[in-house]
Amino acid sequence: MSTDIEKFKAGSPMASTLRMDRMPHIWCPGCGIGSEVNSFAEAVKRSGIDPKKLVVVSGIGCTGRVAGYVNFDSIHTTHGRAIPVATGVKLANPELTVVVFSGEGDLAGIGGNHLIHAARRNMDLVVICNNNFTYGMTGGQVTPTTPGSAIASTTPYGNYEYPFSLPFLMDASGATYIARWTSLHSRNVTQSIEEALLRKGFSFIEIISPCPTLYLRRNRLGDGVDQLQNYQDNSILKHGCDTRETGIDYQGKIVVGKFVEKNKPSYLEAVDKCCVKLVGDDYQLYGKTIPEREAEEKAEKERIAARRAAMSAETEGQGEAVSAKPRKASTPKAAVKKAPAKVAAAPKKAKKVPAKAQAKSVKKAATKAKPVKKAATKVAAKASAKKATPKTPAKAAKKIVPKATVKTKHVAKAAPKKTRK
Amino acid sequence: MKTKPSGVSEQADVRASERHAGTKTTSAGVSEQAGVRASERYAETKTVAADPRGVDSGPHFMDGDHALAEGALAAGCRFFAGYPITPSTEAAERFAERAPEVGALFIQMEDELASIAALIGAAWAGQKCMTVTCGPGFSLMVENIGLACMTETPMVIANVQRGGPSTGLPTLTAQQDMMQARYGPHGDNAIIALSPDSPQECFDLTVEAFNLSEFYRVPVIILTDETVGHMHEKVVIPPADQIKVVPRNNYSGPKDSCRPYKFDSQGGHPMVRAGDGYNFHITGLTHNEKGYPVMTAEQNKIVVTHLMEKINGNADEIIRLDEDQIDGAEVVVVSYGITSRIAVKAIQDARKEGIKVGSLRMITIWPFCEKRIREISAKVKAIVVPEINYGQMVLEVERNAAGRCKVVSVNHCGGAVHDPQVILDAIRKASQ
Repeated sequence: MSTDIEKFKAGSPMASTLRMDRMPHIWCPGCGIGSEVNSFAEAVKRSGIDPKKLVVVSGIGCTGRVAGYVNFDSIHTTHGRAIPVATGVKLANPELTVVVFSGEGDLAGIGGNHLIHAARRNMDLVVICNNNFTYGMTGGQVTPTTPGSAIASTTPYGNYEYPFSLPFLMDASGATYIARWTSLHSRNVTQSIEEALLRKGFSFIEIISPCPTLYLRRNRLGDGVDQLQNYQDNSILKHGCDTRETGIDYQGKIVVGKFVEKNKPSYLEAVDKCCVKLVGDDYQLYGKTIPEREAEEKAEKERIAARRAAMSAETEGQGEAVSAKPRKASTPKAAVKKAPAKVAAAPKKAKKVPAKAQAKSVKKAATKAKPVKKAATKVAAKASAKKATPKTPAKAAKKIVPKATVKTKHVAKAAPKKTRK
Repeated sequence: MKTKPSGVSEQADVRASERHAGTKTTSAGVSEQAGVRASERYAETKTVAADPRGVDSGPHFMDGDHALAEGALAAGCRFFAGYPITPSTEAAERFAERAPEVGALFIQMEDELASIAALIGAAWAGQKCMTVTCGPGFSLMVENIGLACMTETPMVIANVQRGGPSTGLPTLTAQQDMMQARYGPHGDNAIIALSPDSPQECFDLTVEAFNLSEFYRVPVIILTDETVGHMHEKVVIPPADQIKVVPRNNYSGPKDSCRPYKFDSQGGHPMVRAGDGYNFHITGLTHNEKGYPVMTAEQNKIVVTHLMEKINGNADEIIRLDEDQIDGAEVVVVSYGITSRIAVKAIQDARKEGIKVGSLRMITIWPFCEKRIREISAKVKAIVVPEINYGQMVLEVERNAAGRCKVVSVNHCGGAVHDPQVILDAIRKASQ
C-alpha cells in the first residue's frame, strides 16, 4: 500500500512543483485551496519563469500552509506578515519573483495595513488571496470579507459588519493588476497568475473559494460542489468592471474578471530612477549597475520566452493526445451546457474569455471535485436547494435568526444529505 | 565558590552545572567535528576585510544614532527597513542618506511589524540587514523577533531606549527595555544583546553585532539609550581593511543534503539563500532540520534546546566585559550603557575616600555574565547596580550572587541619568 502511495506521488503531474514528501495536505475535501494551488503550479510552469528564482511566502491559516507544500523556496511567516516578509525578499534580491499566497483574514484582516501599502508602493509582488469568508484554521470566525448576515462562529446571529470588497480596496490603494475569480474558474485563475508572474508591479488576484467545513456548514449551504454550482449560477464575467461595483452580498452575484491592468513604475523602478538622478550612471544596487541589471533581465526574458515556446510546442502535442481520449464522465453535461449561455448573458466585455475555456473549466472542476456525482443528483440538489431553507437568500435567514437557528440546524443539515441519496 | 550560604545558591549551582553537563553531552558528538571544522568556534571563524564602499574611514564628530548606521554599513549591511520613532530615527535617516552611494537599499515600512518582517525576508534572500527602533516600536517587533529566533535568521536590531511605559518619555533616556529584549517574544528563546556606552562603541558594537548575528544566526539587539543615541562625540572609523567582518555563509553543497538548520547547540551553520535552487522551506512552527513542520513535544525539545544552548552554552565566547580593579575590591559596581559613564565619577570619588571599589561594565547584556558574577560575589562585600529603570539587571545579579554578598540596586526611573552622588552614597553604604 505504502509503495503504491509512493508510486502515486512520484507519478503525479504535480511532482515537480509540489513537495510530495509533505503529502497528504491538511485541506478538507471540497476546499478550494487545493485547486488554486494546482492552478498556481500550472501557471508557474506555463509562465516559463525559472522556478529556482521563485519564492512563495504565506502567512497563517489554511491558505497559509501553501508555502509548506509548494516545491519552491518558501517561507511560512507569522499571522498577517507575509507581505512585508515578501517585500524584504524582493528588495534584497530583485532577480527573484515573489508570490504571496494567503487567505483574506491574513491579508486583509490582521495584515491589512501591509496589503494597502504594498499596493500603494506598487511593490513587485504577486498576491494571491484565497477568500473563503472565514477563518478556517481557528474554526470559522467572521472575516473582513464575510458578507452581511452570514453566520460565523463569532457572529452566531448573522454578520452585521460591512465587508471589504477587496478589488475596490486594492484599486483605491494603487494596485496595477486586479483580478477576481472563483475556485470554479481554474483556467482563468491559472491565466491570471501567469500574467501576474510575467509583469512588474503589484498584482492582486482574489479567488472566492468554498470552505465546506465551516462557512458552508454553518450557513447550511451544502458542500463544496453545491457552492461551485452557486459560483456558476451567480458569477458575472465583467472584465474592466468598475471596482466600486464588485461588492459581494450573501450568496449574491459575484462579479469576476480582470478589473485593472495598468502600467506605472514599480517600487524598484522608482528607486532606480531616483538614485540614478542622484548618483549618476555609477549607481549600483547590491554591486550591480542599472545597465548590468537590465542586461540580466533581458537575458532572463529571453530564456523565459524560449521556455514558453518549448512549452507551448509540447502542450500542443499533448493536447491532441488528451482530446483523442474519450471523456469518461459525460455526467455533468447539463451543467456544462448551461455555462456558455451564462457567459453569453454576461456583458459584452466578456468576449475576451473564450467560452470554451469557461465550459471546460466548469467541466473540469465539477468532475474533479466529485466524479461520482450523477447529473441527476446534481439537478435534484439544485432544485431542492432552491426550495429548501439552506439556499434562501440572506434576508430570509436574517428573519429566522436568532430563535430559529437551533431548529433549522438539524433540518438544514439533513437537507443536502437527502438529496445525495 | 567556597560557601553556599543559602539553599537558593545550591539550587542555582545545580541548575548551572546541569546545564553545562548537558552542553557537554550534546557537544560530545560535536567536539569530534570541532577538530575537523575549526570555524565552529566564533573566535576562530573566518573573517574578511570590510567592503570599502560602506566604510567612511576617518575621524568624525557624530551622534550614537549615526554611528549605528555607519557601523551597519561598515559591517556589510545593505538592507535597512525602518519606521520613524524618537529617539532612534536619526539612524534610519543616516542609512537612507548613505544608501544610494553605497549600493544599499533603505525602505521606510508602514510600521515596525513590517520593518522586522522585511528583515526576515531580506536575510533569507541573502542580505545582511538591520532596523532601529525604541520601546513602543520594539514592542511591536517582538512577535517577529520570535520568528527570527525560531528560523535562526541573522539580523541586527538597535533599541535606542526611551522612558516608558507606553509612550512615556519619547525624548528622554531610560534603560527600561533590558528584560523585554531578553524575554519579549513568547516561548523560550535566546538572543544576544550588547550595550554601547558611547557613539564610538555604537559603531564598534554594531560591527560586532553583525558578526555575532551571522555566526550564531540569531537576532542581535543593541540596547543603547537616548543619551548615547543623541550624544555627539568623536568617532573614529578605521580603514576598511582593519574592520573584520564575518561574511554571510551560504550553503553551496549538494541539494539532497541541504538543510536550513542543524540542531547541535552550536553556531557557525550556513544559511540557505533564496534563488540558489535549494527550494528551502522555513516556518515558525516547530520543525525538523529540513525546515518541515514537526509538531511534537519531542521535536520541540530538540529545537528549543538548540536555540537556548547555542547562545547560553557558548556564553563564555560571546560575553565581553570591561573590568577595572575588581581584584581586592570590597564593592563592585556593575553597570552598563550610559550609566557606566556616570558611575565612573562615583567610583573615582569613592576611591578617593579609601573605599576599594571595582567596576564591571557589561558590554554584553545577554547572555548574562552569570559565571563572573558568581565568582565576584564570593569575594566582595557588596555589588552595587545602578541602572535607569526600576531594577531589572539587578535581578540577574541577585540571582547569581545568590546570597553570597549584598546586592544593592540603585534604581532610577526614566528621564535622566543618575546623579553620581546617589551612586556614591550607595557605594559608601555598601562598603560598611
